[in-house]
Amino acid sequence: MDTCWQCGTHPGESLFCKLCNALQRPTPDYYRFFGLPKRLSLDPAELQRRFYEMSRILHPDRFLRRAPTEQRYSLEASSILNDGYRVLRDPVSRAEYILKEAGFDIGEQRSKNVPPELLEEVFELNMALEELRHGDDSVRARLEEARRQFLGMRGEIDAQLQRLFEKYDATQDKSVLVEIRDLLNRRTYIRNLITEVDKELGL
Amino acid sequence: MESTFQIDFGQAKRRRVVGIDLGTTNSLVAYMDVSSPKVIPGADGGRLVPSVVSISANGEIAVGESARELLLTQPGRTVYSVKRLMGRGIADVQEELKLFPFRIAEGSESVIRLIVGDRIFTPPEISALILRQLKKNAEDHLGEQVTQAVITVPAYFNDAQRQATKDAGRIAGLEVLRLVNEPTAAALAYGLDKRKEGVVAVYDLGGGTFDISILKLHEGIFEVLATNGDTHLGGDDIDNLLLQIALEDVASEWGVDISGDHEAVQRLRRAVIRAKEELSFVPFTQIEVEYKGRHYQRRIDRELFDRLITPIVDRTLGPCRDAMLDAGVKPEDIDEVVLVGGSTRIPLVRSAVEKLFRAKPHTELNPDEVVALGAAVQAAILSGEVEDKLLLDVTPLSLGIETMGGVVSKLIHRNSTIPASAAETFTTAVDGQRNVLIHVVQGERELAKDCRSLARFDLKDIEPLPAGMARIEVRFLIDANGILSVTARDLRTGKEQSVDVKPSYGLTDEQVEAMILESYELAEADFKERQVREARVEADAILAAVDKARQNDAWFELSGEERAAIDEAVNKLLLAYHSDDHLLIRAHIDALNQATMKLAETMMNTAVRSALKGTKI
Repeated sequence: MDTCWQCGTHPGESLFCKLCNALQRPTPDYYRFFGLPKRLSLDPAELQRRFYEMSRILHPDRFLRRAPTEQRYSLEASSILNDGYRVLRDPVSRAEYILKEAGFDIGEQRSKNVPPELLEEVFELNMALEELRHGDDSVRARLEEARRQFLGMRGEIDAQLQRLFEKYDATQDKSVLVEIRDLLNRRTYIRNLITEVDKELGL
Repeated sequence: MESTFQIDFGQAKRRRVVGIDLGTTNSLVAYMDVSSPKVIPGADGGRLVPSVVSISANGEIAVGESARELLLTQPGRTVYSVKRLMGRGIADVQEELKLFPFRIAEGSESVIRLIVGDRIFTPPEISALILRQLKKNAEDHLGEQVTQAVITVPAYFNDAQRQATKDAGRIAGLEVLRLVNEPTAAALAYGLDKRKEGVVAVYDLGGGTFDISILKLHEGIFEVLATNGDTHLGGDDIDNLLLQIALEDVASEWGVDISGDHEAVQRLRRAVIRAKEELSFVPFTQIEVEYKGRHYQRRIDRELFDRLITPIVDRTLGPCRDAMLDAGVKPEDIDEVVLVGGSTRIPLVRSAVEKLFRAKPHTELNPDEVVALGAAVQAAILSGEVEDKLLLDVTPLSLGIETMGGVVSKLIHRNSTIPASAAETFTTAVDGQRNVLIHVVQGERELAKDCRSLARFDLKDIEPLPAGMARIEVRFLIDANGILSVTARDLRTGKEQSVDVKPSYGLTDEQVEAMILESYELAEADFKERQVREARVEADAILAAVDKARQNDAWFELSGEERAAIDEAVNKLLLAYHSDDHLLIRAHIDALNQATMKLAETMMNTAVRSALKGTKI
């Protein structure tokens, strides 16, 4: 472990040196930074409470009259705080973060392949979209129905994700992460479909 | 100050930081008085300094009201609305050039070079002249040197526009401690945090820019949820619209096109601005101009005015809806609406805002002053005087890099809380490749060519390796001012990688340095003036003290010679007083101090004796 950059003593896990109170180089690990256990389910209210509390202490506004090293660390710490809050408060990006940490490849590419069980729906959808682009407004109702269907699927996936989150937190079983990864890819695919339909329907 | 008759309280006081609203039409400076922010008036008592700069043939510089007067007679030497040109290149301002009498020099692709008389100025230099005036006003008012400031910018300003504003501060001799977004500053000034929790919309329609920000308040934290706007929309557009109509009228009535006659156009511009402002308070008025024996008059009522400006007001509503969408709030979630900027005095603007947000807007504070007041509050936050408030602002535009096929890969999304960062790993495409070029852009469009180019970075001196083996991590960091910095690291060796930054718009560091040097010339004249002023203040103090001492018992304990020496020193100081030589004044202050040494001692002893006796002297 590093020692305090200012007084050379052992700073421990805290943001500030316990001896000289100097701000330390922040950890880039979001969970450690927020002082939260590495779990996929987390309490959004608690995360928000910590975010505000730490913002008050770490924001660069508070370090303008301190040493340049502390100013630099405060800028770094604030960006980790803001980036981390953004990633952790959204269940999907939070899961992606954990997957990445666990060495999974979560590139966009995987989610571009049509999930086999959706082949038929996607084929029909593309036809309808094509017709709409050619000025056939009669497919609107069909598209709206498809949209509702996809929204429903997304809702199901989210519920399923929540269950898998809890399962992983309880077991720390890596095979659960594989399931989560596959589900996230499916979710991204469906989200993209919804966005496309929204765009064509002018929603 | 070291006068014998004064008790030196030392330098316990914190360095003062002022707040500056550098506006398109007017600029203001404010500071935090004991507990509330106050606008600092200029020597003429005016609280608004018109953002107008005039440079005479012999190099004399006028700023503010006096420059605004010169707009009529010296239009070719006078610059206004320069904020519209900050951080822009010539290709960005074609629309502006049709309506403003700016003359642009060659080589204005990445920084506009304005021809003013026979000299050339960049927008940051013109802005710096306005800032110097505000700095001087603050120094005169506060009686102390001012070197640090918070400056406000439109929330929707991009990286280059922010950098240009910071450069202007540096050229003016100000350390810009923070750039604050104008709507956020306004929210601070309103002290809306008293309500502890709530959602606030700030609608800011100024002279040249429009901003909308949606904020969430939480126990003193002002968290911006989303911001949107248009850096090319404001009261100027209304002026130009009315001006166009008046010019056409005049052309048909007088049978001459006066649009090339700068003085005539400026007179007409003034007349339409007056009419616009009056229509906020009366149902109808006249646009009226006398020029070279000819007369133009046209009645305009509010109904017609409203109809004319409806398209402009409507242009503000789209960004408002987008901001609510990004913030994830609906109109009924908004607890308070704050109006900022002179153009929000227009009744049509007020009713449009009220209708959109379904809330009666706050107008208690002067919309021209509220941003400067908020900047002063932020200045007090930075100096540590205010501890219970904190701004968490966002970046208004997404940041991305150009990838294959000119497509943008977004790294930091718009409305991310700042400071924010993102890292991206780059590799080489061919064996032995030594450098990688990266193009950074800002904006929401899919293709890099439709976004704003920020800079090109050259990652140099990469270790020659087979293609795809090098791994360079580039970190993009947007600081609390909304300004980007880039660092790079070789992931294989852990070594910092050199990054050669070529900003697409704006001044290089070397150019800013050169401008700072140039401005020293000006600064020296100012500095000398200030030193003389300070010496006189000091002289006033000691002369007053000596006068008062003449009533003291101690005076009569002095010998006749000692009294004569003091009288002589007083006379010499009075003679030096009106010279322009601060050293001379100071020398005579010192002499008077010497001559009164014994007097001071005696007085001190008398005071101690009286104190011991418990009687007053």
